[in-house]
This record gives sequence, C-alpha cells and structure tokens, in this order.
Amino acid sequence: MTVAENKKTIGNIPEHPKSLLLRMDRMPHIWCSRCGIGIVVGCLAAALEKAGLSPDDITITSGIGCTGRVAGYVKVDSFHTTHGRAIPFAVGLALSRPDLKHVVFSGDGDLVSIGGNHFIHAARRNQNLLVICVNNFTYAMTGGQLAPTTPVTARATTAPYGSFENPFCLPNLAISAGADYVARWTSLHIRRMTDTFEEALNREGFRFIEIIAPCSTIYARRNKLGTGLDLMKYYYENSEIKHDATAEELEIGFQTKIVVGKFVDKERPSYARAMNRHLGKILGKKYIPPEVGGPQ
Amino acid sequence: MPDPRYWRKPFDSDKVKSPKGVVYVIKDRCKGCGFCVEFCPRGVLVLSVEFNKKGYHPPEVVHPDRCVNCDLCERICPEFAIYSLNQDEIIELAP
Ligand code: SF4
Ligand code: SF4
Ligand code: SF4
Repeated sequence: MTVAENKKTIGNIPEHPKSLLLRMDRMPHIWCSRCGIGIVVGCLAAALEKAGLSPDDITITSGIGCTGRVAGYVKVDSFHTTHGRAIPFAVGLALSRPDLKHVVFSGDGDLVSIGGNHFIHAARRNQNLLVICVNNFTYAMTGGQLAPTTPVTARATTAPYGSFENPFCLPNLAISAGADYVARWTSLHIRRMTDTFEEALNREGFRFIEIIAPCSTIYARRNKLGTGLDLMKYYYENSEIKHDATAEELEIGFQTKIVVGKFVDKERPSYARAMNRHLGKILGKKYIPPEVGGPQ
Repeated sequence: MPDPRYWRKPFDSDKVKSPKGVVYVIKDRCKGCGFCVEFCPRGVLVLSVEFNKKGYHPPEVVHPDRCVNCDLCERICPEFAIYSLNQDEIIELAP
C-alpha cells in the first residue's frame, strides 16, 4: 500500500502499511515480547498484498494456542475454531467456497497433535488448503507441556528431565501423507517466507509450510536458550537452505542445524476436482457437480 | 582505506541510486524485542533508554540518512510497530 491509500494516522505518523489486512485496533496483541508468531503474520500480510489479493478473497482459520490467536488479528473472514479442528473446518469452507483462498494458520500442538489425523487425511485427499504451521516445539499457551515436535533432550513442564520421545518431523509427515507443496523456513527468513507464501497462495491442493519460530517465554526460558532474540541469532547461524534435502536431513534435534527450503512442489488434482472428474466420467450426464462449473 | 588503484565507482552509479527510506516507529506498540535493531543491515537503529507506555525500550532512529527503505524492520517486527516509507513517496505527498 502506498502512503496515499493509508489515510489513518497513529499519533502524528501514518498508521502501519499493513493496517488494511491486520486489525491494528486490537494491538498490542497478546504475544510475548520476542515471540516469533507476529513475524509470520506480518509476512503473510505482505504475501497477500504482493499476490494482489483483497481481504475479500481469503479466509483464515486457526485452532487453539498462541498461534491460534492469529484469527483474531487479521482483517479478513477468519475463524477461531476448537482445538485441533482448524483443518476440518477449513475443508468445509474450501468445498463450499471454491472461489476463495483458504488458509489454515495454527501451531504445532494444534495441527499435528490434537488435529494430527485431520492433518494427514487432508494432505492425503489433497484438500485445497494452504496450511501454515508455526512450530515452536512446545505447547506454549497451556504452560509448556511436551509437544509431538519437542526435540529429544529438550525440557518441557511434563518432561522435567528432558524428552526421550521421538518427535514428528513435520515436512516429512506432510510429504509422506502426499502434500503437493512442502516448505520450511524459520521466522528469520522473512523474504523467502513471504515469497513462499505468495507462491503457495497461487497453487492448488494441500500446501504445507512450517515456520520454526521462537517461543521466548516458555521454550527458550525452560531450556536456557536465552530469549527469542538469541534464538533468532541461532537461526541466523545454524540454518541451511537445501531444497533437495533428504528425510534424515530434515529432522530437527535439540539445537541442531535446521535445514530449510522448499522440498516438494508438484501438482495433483485437488479433492473436489478429482471428485468431479471421477464421478463425471462414471455417471456421465447424471452427475451434477455441486456448483455451476464445479468446485475448483 | 582501499587501494585507490583498485577503487573505482561502479559504472552505473549515476543511474542506479540506492533508495532512501524514512523510518517510523509506533513507540507504544513496541515490545522492545530488539529484532529490528539487531538485523537492520544499515545500523539505523538502537534501543533507546526511554520507556514507552508499557515499560519497554522502543528503538530510536540514530542514523536516519543510512536507511535504504529495505523493509526488513517492518517485516521482522512481531508487533507491527515499525516500518519505512520511500522518501520520494513522502515528498510527493507533501503539499
Ligand atoms: S508463550 Fe511462547 S509462543 Fe506463546 S506468545 Fe509467549 S513467546 Fe509466543
Ligand atoms: S528499512 Fe531497512 S535500512 Fe531502513 S531502518 Fe528498516 S531495516 Fe534499517
Ligand atoms: S522489532 Fe518491533 S517490537 Fe521489536 S524492538 Fe523493533 S519496533 Fe520494537
């Protein structure tokens, strides 16, 4: 947005350029100082702007948790659903409104633990969704319990001596479930993250983007990693861009190297498209697609 | 100091000028995380000693002339408390 369009002011300066897409009246948001979630939200807003999408073209669905609060801060049709159910809710939206872009924006605990089954099956069926998962390796809002993403030896409230469970590697999970587009960045990779969001917004099918972000208050503090700023510096020094990374390289250990990049980019017909094609072929004229022209 | 024999101006330096930006800080929205200060490629900002309404130290623009309107501070700020605008754009608007 140019200054000319930005008529609002805050104090004696123009309001933030993303105020067309974000609810600045609700700022300051609830996220802690040095939390990474806000960066991801800003990058999504920038990607929507770059893709030329208006707030009316998109919906954002969140579940529960710190990241789940995103739905309340965006100025588009947004839904704050129950724990783990962001994906099934958004699947309903995607099937009934194929003319819009549907984004699921939630955290690791919400998407791949409580909502883990929804995640793998939406990927398997290639539902038309862009799923953004902010992974901070813990259940932050509920007090720092062990999450399915917590690396081995990292401490959590429910793992005071460190975790001994093997965590999920989210890109591997999405790839094996069949996702069309899989990428991972950290909250430091602001430009690449924005470009990936923009590219994925213009794709079809199940697209999954994991963003590794600092939870300053809980994960970093409990594990004596300093603050969110220290974690951002850690990402700067320890992330490696590798688009053709192998499954083993994608695994994240406690404070090990983080391999980032775009790992999968393929095209399969989305669920609705496959349904229309298949039933149209079998039933011929008897088949009436759900909508004129059929869902995308 | 680089050896003057090897030091030349880029051929297109008169055509390509680096953009100039003006940084704005919405002080009371800032939570003093320091991301913008740490990662600004031009060292434009420092955390101020002054407190904002919430008790954080917002960044202060100490080298306004160095800002190249790269947008990094806007994108990396988790609080939507800082951004830059192209200087020409602002001049254009001024009556
Ligand atoms: S608890 Fe952690 S994830 Fe939640 S807002 Fe604070 S820093 Fe962010
Ligand atoms: S726009 Fe770029 S150069 Fe200017 S203050 Fe922000 S980060 Fe620094
Ligand atoms: S990045 Fe934003 S919140 Fe953090 S110090 Fe800079 S202006 Fe303040």
